[in-house]
Amino acid sequence: MSDAVVPHQAEPSAPRGRAGRGWLRRALESDVFYSFRRSRLTMVAAAITILFFLLAIFASVLAVQNPFDPAQLQLMNSRIAPLWTADGQSPFLLGTDEQGRDVLSAILYGLRISLVVGVLGVLFSGALGIMLGLIAGYVGGAVDGLIMRIADVQLTFPAILIALLVNGVVKSVFGNRLDAMNMLAVLVVAIGLSFWVQYARTVRGSVLVEKSKDYVAAAQLIGLPAPVIMLRHVLPNTMGPILVIATINLALAIITEATLSFLGSGMPDTMPSLGTLIGIGNNYLFSGEWWIVAFPGMALAALILSINLLGDWLRDALNPKLR
Amino acid sequence: MLAFTLRRAIQAMGVMIAVGIIAFSMFRFAGDPVNQMVAIDTSAAERAAIRQSLGLNDPVPVQFVHYFANAAQFKFGVSYQFRQPVADLLKERMPATLELAICATIFAMVFGILMGVYSALRRDTLLAKIFQAVSLIGISLPTFLIGILLIYLFAVTLGWLPSFGRGEVVRLGWWTTGLLTVSGLKALIMPSITLGLFQMTLIMRLVRAEMLEVLRTDYIRFARARGLTTRAIHFGHALKNTLVPVITVAGLQFGSVIAFAIITETVFQWPGMGLLFVQAVQNVDIPIMAAYLLMVSLIFVTINLVVDILYTVVDPRLRSTISRPG
Amino acid sequence: MTAPVLSVRNLKVEFVTRHHTLRAIDGVSFDIAKGEVLGVVGESGAGKSVTGLAVIGLIDPPGRIAGGEIYLSGMRIDHLPPEEIRRIRGKRIGMIFQDPLTSLNPLYRIGDQIIETIRTHSNLSESAARKRAIDLLAEVGIPAPEKRIDAYPHEFSGGMRQRVVIALAICAGPELIIADEPTTALDVSVQAQIISLIKRLGRDHGTAVMLVTHDMGVIAETSDRVAVMYSGRIAEIGPVQDVVQNPLHPYAKGLMGAIPTLAGEDKRLVQIPGSMPRLSAIPPGCSFNPRCAFAFDRCRVERPEPIPHGTQAVACHLYDPAAKENVKETAA
Repeated sequence: MSDAVVPHQAEPSAPRGRAGRGWLRRALESDVFYSFRRSRLTMVAAAITILFFLLAIFASVLAVQNPFDPAQLQLMNSRIAPLWTADGQSPFLLGTDEQGRDVLSAILYGLRISLVVGVLGVLFSGALGIMLGLIAGYVGGAVDGLIMRIADVQLTFPAILIALLVNGVVKSVFGNRLDAMNMLAVLVVAIGLSFWVQYARTVRGSVLVEKSKDYVAAAQLIGLPAPVIMLRHVLPNTMGPILVIATINLALAIITEATLSFLGSGMPDTMPSLGTLIGIGNNYLFSGEWWIVAFPGMALAALILSINLLGDWLRDALNPKLR
Repeated sequence: MLAFTLRRAIQAMGVMIAVGIIAFSMFRFAGDPVNQMVAIDTSAAERAAIRQSLGLNDPVPVQFVHYFANAAQFKFGVSYQFRQPVADLLKERMPATLELAICATIFAMVFGILMGVYSALRRDTLLAKIFQAVSLIGISLPTFLIGILLIYLFAVTLGWLPSFGRGEVVRLGWWTTGLLTVSGLKALIMPSITLGLFQMTLIMRLVRAEMLEVLRTDYIRFARARGLTTRAIHFGHALKNTLVPVITVAGLQFGSVIAFAIITETVFQWPGMGLLFVQAVQNVDIPIMAAYLLMVSLIFVTINLVVDILYTVVDPRLRSTISRPG
Repeated sequence: MTAPVLSVRNLKVEFVTRHHTLRAIDGVSFDIAKGEVLGVVGESGAGKSVTGLAVIGLIDPPGRIAGGEIYLSGMRIDHLPPEEIRRIRGKRIGMIFQDPLTSLNPLYRIGDQIIETIRTHSNLSESAARKRAIDLLAEVGIPAPEKRIDAYPHEFSGGMRQRVVIALAICAGPELIIADEPTTALDVSVQAQIISLIKRLGRDHGTAVMLVTHDMGVIAETSDRVAVMYSGRIAEIGPVQDVVQNPLHPYAKGLMGAIPTLAGEDKRLVQIPGSMPRLSAIPPGCSFNPRCAFAFDRCRVERPEPIPHGTQAVACHLYDPAAKENVKETAA
């Protein structure tokens, strides 16, 4: 009974006894940043991720050739081993492939494609998922039932299967009229359609929670647009989880793109992504030209591993219960 | 119990009908089936005749019912590229995929559970940390990259294992098995690991997380307060409670394993349904794509149903709530 | 004279967190004699439950016993290796937790859980253990025990489940039962039954009981003696009659004042101002001083040790015989 008599006062927690001076200080003293600083692995992962983005952005400056431009490729330069081996030739640091394409340049440009498809795919799936989640949660009833049922069914199917199907159907409708840029768009759509479910579920859940709160009823009572007000509450509440989903999905989207390209249903040989490069290189595994597959493979692995590490850390940092 | 099973079965039917509509739409609207089946110089009259014979002039709902009725009897039409009934192609390829998927699942379950339990109980040991690292890599590396890596190591460099195909297979009725020959078993090793690695990681993480969760529950604390041995608590109480959700996930994952086999089969040129499907996507062979979708969905839905029922057998709480009507 | 069943001497329990080392229990001492029921009362966070867990050796990291001694019938048990304290748990000390809904493993039949416990602590055969389990269920008042033994926990009501939990706690005939808020999660009508069951079992078997609760009503009804805890220390301890009717510690006075009496005296319910300090911000001196109406300078610097006062012992400078003048000055 004494519990009821004396309510516990909530005291603000000031970890090092200093009060926040401005948002920067608050951010630097926050738990999220603390856990970031504490985890050296996460810092390395963040550095590598940023490095990959920079490499992709400045690919045209860094590369010794434009691997997408057939005029710059010379067959006499084909299958040159990496520079540090006995057969290496300047300027092909990581060697060249069958078509005389510099592997390093191809990786830089391929990285750009992989990241563009990944980021656009995540944005598309995020926008789609958030919208459908809002609609499902707010409208409710049959619409909610339909959207969430589709989500349930889709969730049981692996994204790669859905992406392959979307891909196959688009190809069959448009035939061979698709150029590389169209293919990129197809990949973004295929990935977007494969990954929207998690966003939708998260947003819908939050909408349902908010909907039951008093202020929504109050807003409706005095004629304010409840959806707008709810949005202001729902979006900040779901920001954390959505960020985590987006980070992890970025890795998944890049894997999906790479897999589709590897399977020959993604980016064409003329404008290869990392997956396409690995697919090409795989053919030379037995003939001893290991570098054609090894370096794109390592780049892809490092990229995905870094993003996954960031995602893992973000999930733990934003979810203190798991600590 | 019966009502529950029935309800789940009806839901499963609903899913199959939805997938059927998608498959049918692909079959009917994605490209013109007639164009795919005839040569360029076929006359308009012949095309019309084929159109008529395929029933493509009937109203769409009639066509759907027709398609679905056929599909229910495993008649999926004729492949554009192979000029063979799709059902025959699938039947020929299915044993390869199922054997691979089962081996991969067994691999994933055994190692996933062992590693998960170990890393939950000995959280701070070096081995547990290594397992965590392996699990991160298992989740991060794309399947095809793992396959390539294994091929490079064990086929190209060491030459221990074959890099492609099923090896020697034995025919048992219409089923072909690679489990009865040495070369068949050897051929299974790398694809199974490649395919199972992701699931193994998933199961390991799940077992670890569930086990840690269960170890925090009141009934485990009470079990400790009762003085039960650590062994009885960990491997009796905690493991049993951990495995309930794990069984569900692992079961549900079996469908994914079959779908993910698409990648593994391509890397290892494994003559299964997945390879057939990838080739179909590349060659826009819609009947195979539609049929594959239906087959995989059927397997998914069946597994879901079985897992749901199995779940109620394991968890007494569900059993009694389910036996109540409503 | 024989040693008390439980004797706790100057017990200290700490929790090590990222920023602080929090002392949840800071120098607690008490005894429980054979057949005696000691009520331990206090607000949530006062350290009642932690004391119980410390006795049974279930303080998990980041918590640890940082000092003091715990004796069970004269044998020191706070530094035993895990395997030995494990043998004592359930056999010599039984424990009952707050929530019967979550205390039982939902996937095991209750009979299996009882038999498992019995067989862990004795050499009984499966069938003998089963027979004993049925007897136990009958003893704690489960109707048709020979049938109900094969039921799963979810098939019982909350009160019945708590009876099962009690059966599990007493199945090896322990000397001491620690009941941690055994009635809090139950309906009021069921609470009385469970309380009288615990009381009866303690009497029948001569078991000592440590009853942890925040409900003074429960304590008044069941306990022989009561210890009032406040932020990790015992503020006052003594026979339940005396402490209820004549509380000495200002905190205990407030606590007793907050019990509504049936007599309907025109005394108003007293409310203690403020709240118990967080473990990270315990004030120097007496931890109650910021909320105490009688606090004087000494309370703000010096921590009071328990002082015997009649049948009671109280940790308050007001009762220090050496400083009587202080009291008068302040009271005046």
